[in-house]
Amino acid sequence: MALIDLANPSRFLKFANGAIPWLAGVTVLVFAFALEQAMIAPDDYQQGATVKIMYLHVPSAWLGMLCWGLMSVAALGTLVWRHPLADVTAKAAAPIGAAFTLLCLVTGSLWGRPEWGTYWVWDARLTSELVLFLLYLAVIALWNTVEDPSRAARAVAVLTLVGAIDLPIIKFSVDWWNTLHQGASVFRVGGSTIYPTILLPLFIMAGAFTLLFITLVLAAMRNEILRRRVRTLQLMQASAAN
Amino acid sequence: MTPLTALLVRDMRIAMRVGGSALMGVLFFLVVVTLIPFAIGPDLALLKRIGPAILWLAALLASLLALDRLFAGDHDDGSLDLILMGRAPLELVVATKGLAHWLTTGLPLVICAPLIGLLLNLDLPEDGALMLTLFVGTPALTFIGLVGAAIAVTLRRGGLLLAVIVLPLTVPILIFGVAAANAAVTGPTAFGTPFTILCALTLASLVVGPFAAAAALRQEME
Repeated sequence: MALIDLANPSRFLKFANGAIPWLAGVTVLVFAFALEQAMIAPDDYQQGATVKIMYLHVPSAWLGMLCWGLMSVAALGTLVWRHPLADVTAKAAAPIGAAFTLLCLVTGSLWGRPEWGTYWVWDARLTSELVLFLLYLAVIALWNTVEDPSRAARAVAVLTLVGAIDLPIIKFSVDWWNTLHQGASVFRVGGSTIYPTILLPLFIMAGAFTLLFITLVLAAMRNEILRRRVRTLQLMQASAAN
Repeated sequence: MTPLTALLVRDMRIAMRVGGSALMGVLFFLVVVTLIPFAIGPDLALLKRIGPAILWLAALLASLLALDRLFAGDHDDGSLDLILMGRAPLELVVATKGLAHWLTTGLPLVICAPLIGLLLNLDLPEDGALMLTLFVGTPALTFIGLVGAAIAVTLRRGGLLLAVIVLPLTVPILIFGVAAANAAVTGPTAFGTPFTILCALTLASLVVGPFAAAAALRQEME
């Protein structure tokens, strides 16, 4: 099925209604397997069992960023091709991306308490993740301020694209800022030197998270289409009553 | 007079008239900086250390002040429709309005900064360096703000939303502006490196800002 076929909301609803139960089922299965793998993965010799927070933390961070990428593609779809589903995708993805980013921040600070002795440090990675979270909230606020969804979509699309340009700059400048001020005490997570028995469950978990993300976005898109239909019906009803 | 010069002159006149925002920004800047010592105490050594950060934060907040009326005023009286229908490219029009905004709110602030810096125990050469960073950095704040102003043009309560949208995007400007100013005031790092990056960020936002703002305006006004 080509992408253009899905431009028809009814056809998309049919596709989504068929796909969501299967996707949800597969997500549950992969999650079960990933959790089991994460449970039997060995503890870190220094961190002990707290290393397992990483299995939630790292995939949420990846998806928090991936979601902005998806929103940027959707923004291009809104501005360039006027694809009817693009703004639905962007609107559905924003709260999910915000949730993953928040999950990343929360799990990170829960890990930080026993390992670094504090819930929060103004470390480069933490700070840029926090700014990403703020930008998600700004996008959601913009969605909620404009009443007409298609006009809101175009304003949000511009903001999303500007954010997509600015986010790497923020990341890079925050790195600079951190190294300038507390270069001696930069906290570094293991890097690429993770042992395979810990790395493999992480990849499985990332797969499970991605499946969960796709399922949630599809379901949220379905809700958004139905919500817009309800809105149109209410508008028609109101104008008929006059 | 070309349309763009006419627009520049018109916007600056509006800003300087009664009810305009030209001197309000400077006044706000002064008030914010005056409040800081009340909050943290009159410790001159501490004030000198965090002086550049205070001045930069105040400049960041002051640059937001008149921003929500930048396009909304023209939208209310209908002149925005005329501007959109005009033959001048919208990107250049937006850039001109941004320039007028910077000349009336950013530049007075830059000129006043050394004076206010003296209140925060900064010496003259340091003051000059701080002024230079503000001179280079405030146009970037205005031109990033343009995008937010264009997005919020038709909203009734756009002012608050504007701050929420624009402030996270200005993080890099703040970082390199304060880094350069701090390098000049307290050292020991070189002034040139963060200052050059600040210049680069400003140049980039001078290009990206008008295009994004013009795109947003076209979409909003359809």
